[in-house]
Amino acid sequence: MSPAERYVAAIDQGTTSTRCILFDNAGRLAAVAQREHRQIYPRPGWVEHDAREIWQNVARVLPEAMADLGATAEQVVALGIANQRETTVLWDRRTGEPVANAIVWQDIRTQETVERLAGDVGVDRFVDVCGLPLLTYFSGPKLSWLLDQDPALRERAKTGELLFGTMETWLMWNLTGGPDGGIHVTDVTNASRTMLMDLRSLKWSPTVCEAMGVPLALLPEIRSSSEVYGTTTTVVPGVRIAAAMGDQQAALFGQTCFSPGEAKCTYGTGSFVLLNTGSELSRSSHGMLSTVAYKLGDEPVQYALEGAIAVTGSLVQWFRDNLGLIGTAPEIETLALTVVDSGGCYIVPAFSGLFAPHWRPEARGVVVGLTSYITRGHLARAVLEATAWQTRDVVDAMNADSGVALTALRVDGGMTSNNLLMQTIADVLGVPVVRPMVSETVSLGAAYAAGLAVGWWPDLQGLRRNWHRAGRWLPAEGSGRREADYADWGRAVQHTFGWARSGPVSPGDDPQRGRRGPSSGAGVQAGR
Amino acid sequence: MTGTIQSIERAAAVLRVLSSGTRGLTLLEVSAALGLAKGTAHGILRTLVEVGFVGQDSTTGRYDVGVRLASLGGSRMDASTVRSLALNWADTLASRAGESVRLGVLRGLQVEVVHHVFRPDDSEQDMHTGLLLPVHASAMGKVLLAHDPAAQATVLAGHQELRTHRTVIDPGAMARHLEAVRRDGTATEVEELVIGQAAVAAPVRGRGGIVLAAVEVSGGVERICDARGQVLTRFVTQVREVARTMSREFAA
Repeated sequence: MSPAERYVAAIDQGTTSTRCILFDNAGRLAAVAQREHRQIYPRPGWVEHDAREIWQNVARVLPEAMADLGATAEQVVALGIANQRETTVLWDRRTGEPVANAIVWQDIRTQETVERLAGDVGVDRFVDVCGLPLLTYFSGPKLSWLLDQDPALRERAKTGELLFGTMETWLMWNLTGGPDGGIHVTDVTNASRTMLMDLRSLKWSPTVCEAMGVPLALLPEIRSSSEVYGTTTTVVPGVRIAAAMGDQQAALFGQTCFSPGEAKCTYGTGSFVLLNTGSELSRSSHGMLSTVAYKLGDEPVQYALEGAIAVTGSLVQWFRDNLGLIGTAPEIETLALTVVDSGGCYIVPAFSGLFAPHWRPEARGVVVGLTSYITRGHLARAVLEATAWQTRDVVDAMNADSGVALTALRVDGGMTSNNLLMQTIADVLGVPVVRPMVSETVSLGAAYAAGLAVGWWPDLQGLRRNWHRAGRWLPAEGSGRREADYADWGRAVQHTFGWARSGPVSPGDDPQRGRRGPSSGAGVQAGR
Repeated sequence: MTGTIQSIERAAAVLRVLSSGTRGLTLLEVSAALGLAKGTAHGILRTLVEVGFVGQDSTTGRYDVGVRLASLGGSRMDASTVRSLALNWADTLASRAGESVRLGVLRGLQVEVVHHVFRPDDSEQDMHTGLLLPVHASAMGKVLLAHDPAAQATVLAGHQELRTHRTVIDPGAMARHLEAVRRDGTATEVEELVIGQAAVAAPVRGRGGIVLAAVEVSGGVERICDARGQVLTRFVTQVREVARTMSREFAA
């Protein structure tokens, strides 16, 4: 490796692991280091991470990736961070110790908090300000819940002893010195997932903060997604931190979806379709979320519509860990290939309710269509098809919102290595599925935004030229059966509704109800 | 050579005999094939069943090579797992080379393409995943053959199909060729499978050095080769380097 070689480093702090990837100037992956962290499940529905463990992992993977190439800090032109969104960390400003485990985005402990906040107004109480309905998913209610647990905590919050952050904030604070002058900043994309930010002004909303009992003293400064926030003082001192983005927004950026109408789907623990809607904020009437796509320095903010699917890759993990039918996640494809279809079996993984486009917090998972004919091969098929059908639900809703049908789906994420899944998605959507040359688009997006901020890449057009098609799956013939199967999937989804006791149990629930927007399903829930 | 252990030699012979057939063998067949006393053969077979290297059909009583032995060397590593582990570096190789990249594993005496990355020029290309290639006429096949003595012996003993006028099918020439593959750590194929196409492949190794898969760069002969029809050094180096990085990942 020549000494002149330089790289941009990206940290992808995800739900199950933390990765550091170094990219060269052509946007090619040059080194990877990865570490997993513990998933903590203290009670049903609760999911936590140890924020210190995650910080320690970051402190390991960055030097590990650099050591792979023998790279020094001078060779790293900038560092970009992409992170699992919404996961909430609250820590002591002086000691740097978290006051509790981080509450993960999947955690549904705040159901009562959001119901109380919704009150008589409904889950759309703050939607005009923040673009989001009141759901357990977002950080604001999680933070509110934490402060509600202990009056002493709220006092310390008011006096500025505590700091709140999503993962990128926590990591940047630690990388820049922590208690010794660490910077307390977030970016617009992450802030847009708290419910606490006004989507238009890009400032914390005093109204929402007050309603949720969140003192402004806790909150980080909101900055753009691409600018030099500070320089690392530890781990690998002297590297400019020049980008921060929520992982799904980073993937949209890494897929170079810079123009309105361009969309991608990232297949990970959950899966997320994001559609760039340009500099105009748009609202969904079909269950999509309005969110910030990115903001580059002083340039105008770009918005997106998002279709969030809670459980996709985690269904495969469940199949592996809880049922033990496969040894490794990729083996699900091999098992699924032992049969030609799912044998009429459907699995709807509403483990903690259903996200887009249904937004039914009270839904719980079902396996339907079981007969004595069904083997584990059929179940493996049904697991993969669940991801495909859920994608179809979201893409149909997005098409209805935008009025323009998607002509191809750009995909990325770990599950794109599953050939059968990609083919199934193409079959189910009836459009080609296209994988780009770099599957690690979350990291690539963070790297791109960081490289742009320090001038290592000149502009978006240059980045577009780096995008190349690495694989493409074309839909197979015979859409007739596909539509019949999709109708069956729709019936299977209906079986999940109204299961959890706290939710609405109204016979004859209209399956179209979920299509009206996040509020329609969850709104009933709020009025229990 | 002193100190060889007779019972291990006999057990190995039993395994060879059992692996050679397509159906299970009876105790009598095994003992006859090896000239062993029935009691000796039975003792060896029972031990091999116990350690999981040999299975016995409960109805016919026939013995065959057990599943655990088949996966012992990882030579039948799950295709989806191979693809999943290789995904990132296959992309990097395609991007560096500017050509298409494929990964393959041995399936019988053919190479199964388990992963395919398009040539990064956004032209129309078909996915080759799932395609079967002849083992003697493809670069990946030569790599896999060179590191699988049993498959190599079978191929050298059999008749191979002439795919083009350049396909090497003479057993002596093939044996020398495979020797060179082991020495160089790469295999090339120039218009031996399809006229106008060339490829260079290298082995992806797992723990203990066992070859699990092959990775190759392939494309038009006018781009892959120099004027004398030799594969360009840069492709050979790139494939070798990425195969080494993948091997680190596979062995981890």
